[in-house]
Amino acid sequence: MTVDASAPPTRRAVVPPQRGNIARRGSVFLSRHPRLRLSLLLSAPLFWLGLVYIAALAALLITALWTVDSFTGQISQTWTLDNIVAVLTGSLYQTVTLRTVGVALLVTIIDIVIALPIAFYMAKVASPRAQRILVIAILMPLWASYLVKAYAWRSVLSQGGIFEWLVSPFGGHSPGYGLPATIITLSYLWLPYVILPIYAGLERVPDSLLEASADLGGGTWSTLRLVVLPMIWPAIIAGSIFSFSLSLGDYITVNIVGGANQMLGNLVYTNVGAANNLPLAAAIAFIPILIIFAYLAAVRRTGALNNL
Amino acid sequence: MTGAQPAIRLTGLTKSFGSINAVDGVDLDIVEGEFFSMLGPSGSGKTTVLRLIAGFEQPTSGSIALRGQDVTDRAPFDRDVNTVFQDYALFPHMSVLDNVAYGLRVRGVAKRARHEQARAALDTVRLGGFADRKPSQLSGGQRQRVALARATVVQPKVLLLDEPLGALDLKLREQMQVELKELQRSLGITFIFVTHDQQEALTLSDRIAVFNEGRIEQLGTPAEIYERPASPFVAAFVGTSNIFDDNISQALLGRSGTNSVRPEKISIITENLPLVADRAATGVLAEVIYVGSSTQLIVDLDAGTRVVVLEQNDAHRVTTNGRGARVTVGWNDSDIVALTAPALTSRP
Repeated sequence: MTVDASAPPTRRAVVPPQRGNIARRGSVFLSRHPRLRLSLLLSAPLFWLGLVYIAALAALLITALWTVDSFTGQISQTWTLDNIVAVLTGSLYQTVTLRTVGVALLVTIIDIVIALPIAFYMAKVASPRAQRILVIAILMPLWASYLVKAYAWRSVLSQGGIFEWLVSPFGGHSPGYGLPATIITLSYLWLPYVILPIYAGLERVPDSLLEASADLGGGTWSTLRLVVLPMIWPAIIAGSIFSFSLSLGDYITVNIVGGANQMLGNLVYTNVGAANNLPLAAAIAFIPILIIFAYLAAVRRTGALNNL
Repeated sequence: MTGAQPAIRLTGLTKSFGSINAVDGVDLDIVEGEFFSMLGPSGSGKTTVLRLIAGFEQPTSGSIALRGQDVTDRAPFDRDVNTVFQDYALFPHMSVLDNVAYGLRVRGVAKRARHEQARAALDTVRLGGFADRKPSQLSGGQRQRVALARATVVQPKVLLLDEPLGALDLKLREQMQVELKELQRSLGITFIFVTHDQQEALTLSDRIAVFNEGRIEQLGTPAEIYERPASPFVAAFVGTSNIFDDNISQALLGRSGTNSVRPEKISIITENLPLVADRAATGVLAEVIYVGSSTQLIVDLDAGTRVVVLEQNDAHRVTTNGRGARVTVGWNDSDIVALTAPALTSRP
């Protein structure tokens, strides 16, 4: 490229003048009409939310109020509360509901107990490099299929499996397939979803607060109880919502490692499939939804959701 | 001030991070009840010394004694010193009252008693009406005072302050300086104050240690540090100095080695205002900077160096010459300070 040395240096000309093209005029128009801007931004997600979440839930509610013609197997759109009454009063549903909530609670507690020290190590002890490696290591299992992981646990917990090989020298034996195996497997599956929010919560606790607590005479236990836990409480709640709701709806893990045990998801599954009673399945599906609502309401009362 | 035992004694204190010695063999006695400042640029090791005293860091070698008792291996919660943090480190989920009462709470003081003491501490920092607020509802200066109340309510022997005024604006900072000084006097405990602001250190301190590269460059009263800087580093870091190297010193001052003269000790000599000066030199006025109460003049001397002159804008002062004018500057021999070359620095 040759430069005409005699030409005067014209730096200003390098910046092209603003042209009044269509895109620019569109931007100007949008910047003057904030309401239009907002509606363009929100219409797609609102449509999605309305159709997929609200409409699907409404369809579920309506289906639960219908019934199935036992002769033809067709859904007959006659309004009835029979399904709801059956689910509320049937001892099978009550037992399974209690079992499911118990499993979900135990899984949540186990996950929190395991996640707290791991997250603390990641956020406050590990070097930045180790921190990155640990985050990847925790995300890694999420890349593998859910089924593969559940079957892996089936093999681990089997007769003569790795678990038995590990604990038999100490006189232990594998729990076999059943509720304990379900709880172990679900705890494993949802652990990343509990670690990550707690880790993020701990990251937001400045080191100087821990130092201030120690400086004022607080030992490790006082610091944890009075400073760290209250500050990461919302993060713990966030993690618990994941593990609790995911456990509540699960039916595959219990099928693979749960032996003969059923959870609410299994009842829904059998009623949709083998029993061909979609209205009853819909009525059963309301139980976990109601439980989650109750859980969120209880959590909201603690104020933990205000800081999420 | 004449306790037999120093409040803090540091002996050969060294802290290495990898191959870098952040603190490099510091020996220091801090007297009971004094307002002691550690002054230095960032990275000079002053904050690390403070963190070592508080117990947040473990020294690589050396020892820390608190009133004659070796506390080198003790945990922070096991030392009778308290810290006011640079970012205040108030617990965001607690009220102001609970923040101040925290140190008493972990010591097992009953609720009523600790709230009473915390309220009294809040009153001393004039925040009595803010007990139920959250720290996020306070201004920077108020948070600062809460941090002070929280650290002093547990009656430490020594209070460590890590650049506590750094985040405040100038007016508030000046006001807090006065409050800090008054608080220290009324509590009668030792304050160790870390700052990079030389003005702050000079204003507040009984004694100052000037830190550079992990060592104490000079230790003395504010007047000693300012009037008789011991090294080119101190002369340049604390206030402004005209530093003359060996050649210029011989030409201008008639002595060898590196020497310095403070800007305010140099005068512009005019016909209207003939001053008595031991020495004079001529030059050209390169810049005149008006700074309110005084005017800063930069003079390019014929001897081949540039000096800064600070003239008070008092009643007697006449308007100074404009730029480019030839001027004569003068100073007295007694205001010349001989600086030790860094290589020859000998520490007590």
